[in-house]
Amino acid sequence: MAENESQEKIKEDTQKLLTKWKNKRGALIMALHDIQGLFGYVPWEAMEVTAKEMGVPMARIYAVLTFYNYFKLKAPGKVIISVCDGTACHIKGAQGLLDAFYNCLGLKDGQTTEDGLFHLQVVRCLGCCGLAPVIVVNGKTYGKNTPADVQKIIAEWREKMAETQGV
Amino acid sequence: MEEMITLTIDSKEVKVPKGTSVLDAAKMIQVEIPTLCYHPDLHPSAACGICIVKINGKMLRSCCTPAEEGMEVITRDPDIIEARRTVLKLTLSKHPNECLTCQKNEMCELQSLAGKFGIRANAFDNITPTPFEMPKDASTKCIVLDPRKCILCGRCVEVCQHIQNVWALSILDRSVKTHIAPAGDSRLADSPCIKCGQCTAHCPTGALVEYDDSERVWSMLQEKDNYCVVQIAPAVRVSMGEAFGYEPGTVTTGKIYAALRKMGFKAIFDTNFGADVTIMEEGSEFVERFVNGNGVLPMITSCCPAWVDFMEKFYPDMIPHFSTCKSPHAIVGALTKTYYAEKIGVEPSKIKVISIMPCTAKKFEILRSKEMFASGFQDVDVSLTTREICRMIKQAGIDFVNLQEERADSPLGEYTGAATVFGFTGGVMEAALRTVHYLVTGQEMNKEDLEVKPILGVEKGIKEMTLNLAGKEVRICVAHGTGNVETVMKRLQEAKEKGEEPPYHFIEVMACNGGCIGGGGQPLGVTDEIRKARMAGLMSDDEFSEFRCSHQNPSIKKLYEEFLGKPLSEKSHHLLHTSYQPIPLYKR
Repeated sequence: MAENESQEKIKEDTQKLLTKWKNKRGALIMALHDIQGLFGYVPWEAMEVTAKEMGVPMARIYAVLTFYNYFKLKAPGKVIISVCDGTACHIKGAQGLLDAFYNCLGLKDGQTTEDGLFHLQVVRCLGCCGLAPVIVVNGKTYGKNTPADVQKIIAEWREKMAETQGV
Repeated sequence: MEEMITLTIDSKEVKVPKGTSVLDAAKMIQVEIPTLCYHPDLHPSAACGICIVKINGKMLRSCCTPAEEGMEVITRDPDIIEARRTVLKLTLSKHPNECLTCQKNEMCELQSLAGKFGIRANAFDNITPTPFEMPKDASTKCIVLDPRKCILCGRCVEVCQHIQNVWALSILDRSVKTHIAPAGDSRLADSPCIKCGQCTAHCPTGALVEYDDSERVWSMLQEKDNYCVVQIAPAVRVSMGEAFGYEPGTVTTGKIYAALRKMGFKAIFDTNFGADVTIMEEGSEFVERFVNGNGVLPMITSCCPAWVDFMEKFYPDMIPHFSTCKSPHAIVGALTKTYYAEKIGVEPSKIKVISIMPCTAKKFEILRSKEMFASGFQDVDVSLTTREICRMIKQAGIDFVNLQEERADSPLGEYTGAATVFGFTGGVMEAALRTVHYLVTGQEMNKEDLEVKPILGVEKGIKEMTLNLAGKEVRICVAHGTGNVETVMKRLQEAKEKGEEPPYHFIEVMACNGGCIGGGGQPLGVTDEIRKARMAGLMSDDEFSEFRCSHQNPSIKKLYEEFLGKPLSEKSHHLLHTSYQPIPLYKR
């Protein structure tokens, strides 16, 4: 039920947003940018509304979305974990951290856990090489990490999210 | 007067109309340039680069370069051959070496080019490994998409999007991840795909092929308790010969019957008999709507399953306009397991009906709704494409060319000229009008009025005419290629919005260009030339028929006397009619 409601909400919001674009030729990419700006990604339901409102087949919308790296097709997750694999962090053992995230959460670069809680992304230099290897979680920086720290970080954020959002 | 251009190709002067491509100009003076992504049905996409030539010293793709005044073209020199070989080697570097077990073995354009160019080793082995899993998609059980074998020529996408206007397939992702799939990487069965099979008819490799049911049919034939019955579609008789060396359009009906009998089928029937029944039912349905006002107009034909699927997905509001009459092979299936089973005293559960169709969508149609089980069993057990049956005949070692012609079995094997023209665009309408004329006026149509109607022919996508029927005008429209449907539907919609009378009373649509003669299950390599030849074959079959109107078929008269009563009777409705439901474009 909750899922249906959120799908309906996505459809409504997309429809409102598209009033600005729907009668303009060649506005598909701009419209998709707006949709991603609103939801953080481009949901399937929003694509369907876009197809209908703008008279563009889904096949073309999806081709555009998968062609441009910028567009995301899945909700990015509530806790965004950025693991730096820049030169310094790489030498200091970033791969070990990535392996640890994979072992704990089953995540590889760009993936989100099924419950939508954690999202993992590999980034290049964050500009604090003295702290290598570095992890940033929702803006909080963790330095000089070992694979054992990964478990602690995950536990910390699980707890935090349970407290603040009840998930 | 067309503007003409003079250019030189391999030191030979050639005059061509302005706008002609260098590739086509070369063809006119018998200079063969190899192609791979190019297909005469489609806009050139310049995807592969094999047709490269030197123009005024520059290397350009001949398929998409228009000829210009004074151009000097070289089509072959060592540089060009080397460039073409490199293109092929790069293409092969990502292509699985599975030719021996590939469904396209001996019919693959990539394989034959590799043969011609003498590619002996994989030059770029493992440089571009496939970055992700690409499983086969056989979800439709009509069409199989194997992305590993795809060379990204784009022909299937072009035909699916721009000729058929279905937009099931598109090119997704980029760089090494580029692949062909429906939006959302949905399975074809969950996409707008209408199973017309035009992608399989245009794919140069084994990436898109028909779902192969031939092994199932061999085991049905092996089972001793089975009583296997076969029927062939109108358009099959003029295309099958191509697989055995005949010119396109040669009518080989008698040889096909003989070959099927040799394969072990107990009764050889003809879908044309079903087509005559379709006309009796659909013609009567039209008269009901047009003369007696029972039901909405225009009435739209429904014998093409890909068109039915298209309508249920894209124009569900047109459902009341569709004829409820089943397609001919479904009718033969239902009647074989009831009327015929009673006649010969065979338990219908033992009867297996196999239909030979020019079509991949027929494989879907036989399971599409509960009405396809009207006999109490699955009315048609397996539907094979022309390509599958050709392979089976070759497997059986049957010398097709030297076969003595044979006749079909009675009573579901007798047909009229009206039935045989079902195989090309305008034919169903033609056949229906012959009988509708008789039903309304009580008189047969004049002989000279048969087959001269402007609704026949493959050149125009939308054809119209007006017929005078007992003082009343019947406005008719015929469209082929689902890409032409939108225009017709818009005309209907506009009239509706303005509160005007509908522009047509009767509409025929065939999903494939040319109708079934150009069907997605037909022998490969079809062009407009071949479509025309196949159509001419069917027209001659009609011309030399003893009876040329469905209602004149003695076996049809007998069927109604002995079994059905009259057209649109309760029994007819139960066995020969169906219903339609809206279908969402995507299932998630």
